[in-house]
Amino acid sequence: MTLRESGTDAPTGGAGHATAGGDAIASPPAAASAVRRGAARQRLEIALLVGPALVVFLAFVVFPIVMAAYYGFFSWQGFGPPTDFVGFRNYLTIFQDAAFLDALRHNATIVVLSLVLQGPVAIGLALLLDRKLRGQSLIRVLIFVPYVISEVVVGTGWSLMLQGNGAVNDLLADMGLGGAAQDWLADPDVAIWTLLVIITWKYVGFAVILFLAGLQGVPEELSEAAAIDGATWWQIQRSITLPLLGPTLRIWAFLSIIGSLQLFDLVYIIWGQYIAATAGTSTMATYMVANGRTSGSYGYGNAVAVVLFVISLAVALVYQRFVLRRDTAGAVTTAGGDR
Amino acid sequence: MTAVTERTRQGASPAAPVRTPSRRRRGIADPGRGVAYVVAAVVIVAMLAPVAFIVIGGFRTNAQITTDPSGFPSPWQVGNYLDVLTGGTFWRQVGNSLIAGLATTLGTVVLGLMASYVLARYTFTGRGALYAVFAAGLMFPMTVAITPLYLVIRDLGLTNSLAGVILPQIAFALPTTIIILVPFLRAIPDELEEAAFLDGCSRLGFFFRMVVRLSMPGVVTVGILAFIASWNSYLLPLFILNDPDTFTLPLGVQAFSSQYSVDTARVLAFTALSMLPALLFFSLFERRIVGGLTGAVKG
Repeated sequence: MTLRESGTDAPTGGAGHATAGGDAIASPPAAASAVRRGAARQRLEIALLVGPALVVFLAFVVFPIVMAAYYGFFSWQGFGPPTDFVGFRNYLTIFQDAAFLDALRHNATIVVLSLVLQGPVAIGLALLLDRKLRGQSLIRVLIFVPYVISEVVVGTGWSLMLQGNGAVNDLLADMGLGGAAQDWLADPDVAIWTLLVIITWKYVGFAVILFLAGLQGVPEELSEAAAIDGATWWQIQRSITLPLLGPTLRIWAFLSIIGSLQLFDLVYIIWGQYIAATAGTSTMATYMVANGRTSGSYGYGNAVAVVLFVISLAVALVYQRFVLRRDTAGAVTTAGGDR
Repeated sequence: MTAVTERTRQGASPAAPVRTPSRRRRGIADPGRGVAYVVAAVVIVAMLAPVAFIVIGGFRTNAQITTDPSGFPSPWQVGNYLDVLTGGTFWRQVGNSLIAGLATTLGTVVLGLMASYVLARYTFTGRGALYAVFAAGLMFPMTVAITPLYLVIRDLGLTNSLAGVILPQIAFALPTTIIILVPFLRAIPDELEEAAFLDGCSRLGFFFRMVVRLSMPGVVTVGILAFIASWNSYLLPLFILNDPDTFTLPLGVQAFSSQYSVDTARVLAFTALSMLPALLFFSLFERRIVGGLTGAVKG
């Protein structure tokens, strides 16, 4: 018993030992100092525990973004301190550059068509697979495989398959569809669709897995009750399952939109930095790398980064304001709210 | 005390066998399992065909690939794979990727767990703001920060070193990590913490003795996410690493495919081998990865 009592005192900094009379009748000043000492100790613990994470986060996430905003106002080759202040000239150049506007248009196309192509396919697959099947987990794993493979591998493999004399055209010829053969990567009318097919292939598995997880949260009883009331399978899916899947769908759409706006790896690997523009697949991010770092114009590249960020942020905030608002959970929503 | 728990356990046991009947049975007019199997088969073929093209292509010769781009190997050649496996380049890049991946994972887990513990279990002014700062990191993808990030790394003298890749990767993995771990740590019952304090355990002692062990499932999930992100990361190494000796696997694949652009078969073998570790890792931890992703998205 005594052992336990002394144990109780330990976390309050041993203040109990000073007041020999016991816990109950501790004199006010001693208690106050104990509280103060406890508070100091707690502050120290907080600093020790959060400090490292906060330092790394501020140094490598927040600081670079602040610096991007600063460098964006300079014409600067990246060496020495920036001195050639140009105000908003970089930003004017960006929005007058046809290459950037093309890239912006490609991003917009990718945002919309990613949703349009992947959404229905993934919903259909998830509804179809959301039942007891033999080899259920194997099916899910295999659908998810492209998502796990790195963009570099995906890009390298697909670009080899899609070459003019590559496997895809050869396969089409073998099937008697030689007329459908295309210059998949270089033809500006075709290339963006090629990109969309590759994007769909790579990311649709993620959507399916997400939706399947969301379907777990749809209570079985509702569809059973509806079935007893004579609802058909389609009616159940349309009026019960899909509305209840709403939050998952909205989060997926959010992730897909942000991902489409930031798209870089696949385009850069398959089309390289210069061909992307002529093939009609350049994105804001590939434009940023080609016109910033590669050409040594760091001030300009940073300005492009700021534009890219502001566009993403604006889209995200509008989306949260009008679409995600109803789904209270989710850290992004919280962050937006505390802004 | 033990007697009481035993009795309650016995008392509870008769209820256990009562299961909700046919929990998984679907509604009446189900269009059928057959359709599901057929569609699943078609989708899986579509998903695996490009992967198979890469792997099988590595077993062919360039002559075979030129004469019949979409054919099977005849005969099968292991030469390409042997060349890649016996050359030093592949293994050095696997080593670099492994170092970067493991260090990123360790750093993310340690820093993330410490910060999440404070955010989940301490009350202090500014806690909400601190959480918001980290959570807002989700809005700052690396693509946006890459140019100034490169300058920061360069000024720190960390270009061409794996540390220059590892530190930013930890920083950018922290938001997801904290968002996944905070609810996890909050779910640890207060009674447990109080009991530990009564037994003379300090808050930090509680953290090291209890929290780390109790949050293992969440830790494993964020660790896997950090590792896979690092393993597949391309943009950051592209900026930071220029010396081929420091290349990670994604950079290596790209360098290899431009260096041997005429030797398609060897490029395919190299690409196939570089994909193998990720696939192996994924099949080992598939359940946790899928669970972690959905958990992360649901917040």
